[in-house]
Formats: sequence, C-alpha cells, structure tokens
Amino acid sequence: MSGLNKVVSSYQQALAGLTDNMTIMVGGFGLCGIPEGLIAEMVRLQVRGLTAISNNAGVDDFGLGLLLQQRQIRTMIASYVGENALFEQQMLSGELEVILTPQGTLAEKIRAAGAGIPAFYTATGYGTPVAHGKETREFNGRHYVLEPALHADFALIKAWKADTMGNLIYRNTAANFNPVMATAGKITVAEVEQLVPAGELDANHVHTPGIYVDRVIVGQFEKRIEKRTVQP
Amino acid sequence: MALTREQMAKRVAQELKDGDYVNLGIGIPTLVANYIPPNIQVMLQSENGLLGMGAFPSEDDVDADLINAGKQTVTAVAGAAFFSSADSFAMIRGGHVDLTVLGAFEVDVAGSIASWMIPGKLVKGMGGAMDLVAGARNIIVTMMHADKDGNSKLLTQCQLPLTGYRCIQRVLTDLALLKIEHGAFHLLERAPGVTIEEIQSKTAGKLICPSQVPEMNV
Repeated sequence: MSGLNKVVSSYQQALAGLTDNMTIMVGGFGLCGIPEGLIAEMVRLQVRGLTAISNNAGVDDFGLGLLLQQRQIRTMIASYVGENALFEQQMLSGELEVILTPQGTLAEKIRAAGAGIPAFYTATGYGTPVAHGKETREFNGRHYVLEPALHADFALIKAWKADTMGNLIYRNTAANFNPVMATAGKITVAEVEQLVPAGELDANHVHTPGIYVDRVIVGQFEKRIEKRTVQP
Repeated sequence: MALTREQMAKRVAQELKDGDYVNLGIGIPTLVANYIPPNIQVMLQSENGLLGMGAFPSEDDVDADLINAGKQTVTAVAGAAFFSSADSFAMIRGGHVDLTVLGAFEVDVAGSIASWMIPGKLVKGMGGAMDLVAGARNIIVTMMHADKDGNSKLLTQCQLPLTGYRCIQRVLTDLALLKIEHGAFHLLERAPGVTIEEIQSKTAGKLICPSQVPEMNV
C-alpha cells in the first residue's frame, strides 16, 4: 500500500488491526454478496467477542455461520436470522446477544453513520417492540422513532470490480448492504472479483468512490446459492 | 367456499394498476405475480435491491448474484434496476412503492398488524416487514380469517407484538375483502358461497356490513 493505491496482497494485510471485541460490518444479503475470504480470515485469526452488523447471520457452515461455529461473535445486529440452527441455539442459551433491527432501519443507520448523521427519525417500528425505550416524536401528525447511527471499526464488503484506487462496482443484487457499509467503517476492506488499474473503470459507472475504501484484496468466491429456484 | 391460496392471489392481482411498482411479500403475496393481467405493466420491487424482478431462471441462467428477498434465484426483466439496500428502503419509506402485499398473523380495527413474532416461539426477525408497513401508501394484507380452531384473526386489538401501528387499510382473507376505517372492519366483498353470517361469526373486531355484499370474482 502506498498513497492512493489501496491494494493489499494478503488477507493478513487486509485485516491488519482487527482485534478482539471490535465491531464489524459484513456486507451481503443471505449468502449473496458476502466477502467470503475476509470471513475465512477472521476465523483463522480467532478474533473473539465481536459485535457483528450484517443483515443475516449466514447458514451453519457458510458466511457468518463460520464465525458462529467458533463462537467468535458476542453480539449480532441483524434483521433476519432464520436460516441458521447454530445461531438459534446460541441465542437461546444466552451466549449470543441479538439485536433485531428492521431491514430498512438497519440500512439507514449505517448510511447515517457514513454520512455524518448521528441519528434520524423513522416511522418504522413505531408502536412495536423495536421502539421500546427509544425517543419518539410527532411530525405532521405522524409518529416517529429516533434511531442512532451505526458505526464499525471494520466494514468488510464484497464488490465485483475495483480499481487500484478503491473505486468499486457491484453486480446485480450482490450490492445490497455493501455500498452503505463501505461508507461506515473506520477501516473499509473490499474483497473483489476483478481488479483493474486506476483509470480503467468508467468513472460514470463507479458505485462506491475510492475515498470510502481503505484496502482492496482480490478474492476467490464460491458464491454458494441458498435457495436455487429454476423454472419448472 | 373459502378461497384457495391461488384464488386469494388472483383477487389481489385485480387491484394492480397499469404502471404500478409493487412489493410482494413471502407466501400468498408471491403468488400474485402469477396472475398479473396481461394487458398491464407492473414492476416488482424486491427489497434486497431490485426493481423489475422477473420469473425464476432456467437452469442455464441461474446467477448467484441475482436473488430476491426470499433468497431465491430470480431474473431481472427489461428495464430493471439494481441498487443498494439503503436506496431500496428509501424507495419504500419514501412512499414511492404503489402497492405492498404481505401476510399477517393478526390485524385489528385500528389498522395495526402483527406478523413477525410469536412470544415463546423462536424469533427469526422482522426483515423488511416493519419498513414496508410503515412506508407503503397502499397495503393489502393477505391472511386466513380465522385459525384452525375457528378463532378470529381480525381483532379489536392485536394480541401479538406489532409489526406496524395503525397502518393497514385493506385485508383480504380466505373469506372476505375488508376495509379498515374509523375503528371498524367494513365488509366489501365475500368469497363465493360464503355467507355474511359466517364472516360475522369469525370476525372478533367490530364489523360493519352493508345489506348487500357482492361476491368476489375469482
């Protein structure tokens, strides 16, 4: 790494500085668009006591499920955790603290963090268990809940293409939480499928400008499909 | 006769208008896509970041990077767009989606809905349901009118933890189409062969029935 060249050549360098009890954001929706190699590296590093912010918790043997297997996650902030038996077990035993957050509120809390907004009001969750203990306020006759921004020590994201300066392009629905998380990490690490020299991406097509990205690593992706559905 | 799941989907599809952007939840709402009238054009929104969701792919077209909010592999139609989760929910929260169809455990006369959590059972999370009910301008809830023991799911006040507070105006059950207004359910249509008396007996919340209630065309 030097200057504006964000490319690192090892996973060790990609996650340098990641230690126990940190807060991490991990991109993806289900198993779609997850930084597979960065998750594997966290398993190898054996970092523990993590607070993980991710829409889902993977499945038993893939995605964040791999960190759950090793009991590396202490607190999980997610919107839906249905696909993971191990998760259920650890949640019921109290080993794992779970903060369920409505999906849009989760995305906006992350977006707010990246955009320097400390908190925002949303109608989502008003009058539900999600609003318990939170400040509410009425605007134009409607009730809203105050939701604080969500920051992370590391944002671990997955993109399709990157250039050496960390400009990123996502593909299809593998974008999901990745573009917002890219903005909200103290250190943002992008694991990508393709890397090109700066200047080769059409600047009109860049989704995440390189200013948000600290490190880029080229990964190999299994891209496991959770629910393969085809035409009958 | 109570409506089948397919008939419920068919009835909901009659509410679609040419040019609508529509979000369909999991279960019966998903089936609505099979009954979109051929003479109108609608775009399906999938909250994981797709506007213009198409059919399931052929074996050759399966793409791990292209899934719906139920995590199933799908296709994108001509004119589709991809975007981040934050943009997706800005669309939803901002009231840009014309129609949202989703399931529920209970609704009440105030328009509150419970659909995500049964205390004592495992809680899997609300996903995008709370955002959808709070943000959509127009929501149709599809649900069974009563449980297996005949207990009404259309209540004076929801008993389960809420997904949304006072946000539902229309409910399609296997027995009836109802509007929620001024603290009551209003019977608009009944399933073919279902009597007003049966609907009354299975509706715990206040129900207002006009003297004539048309049968649905399904």
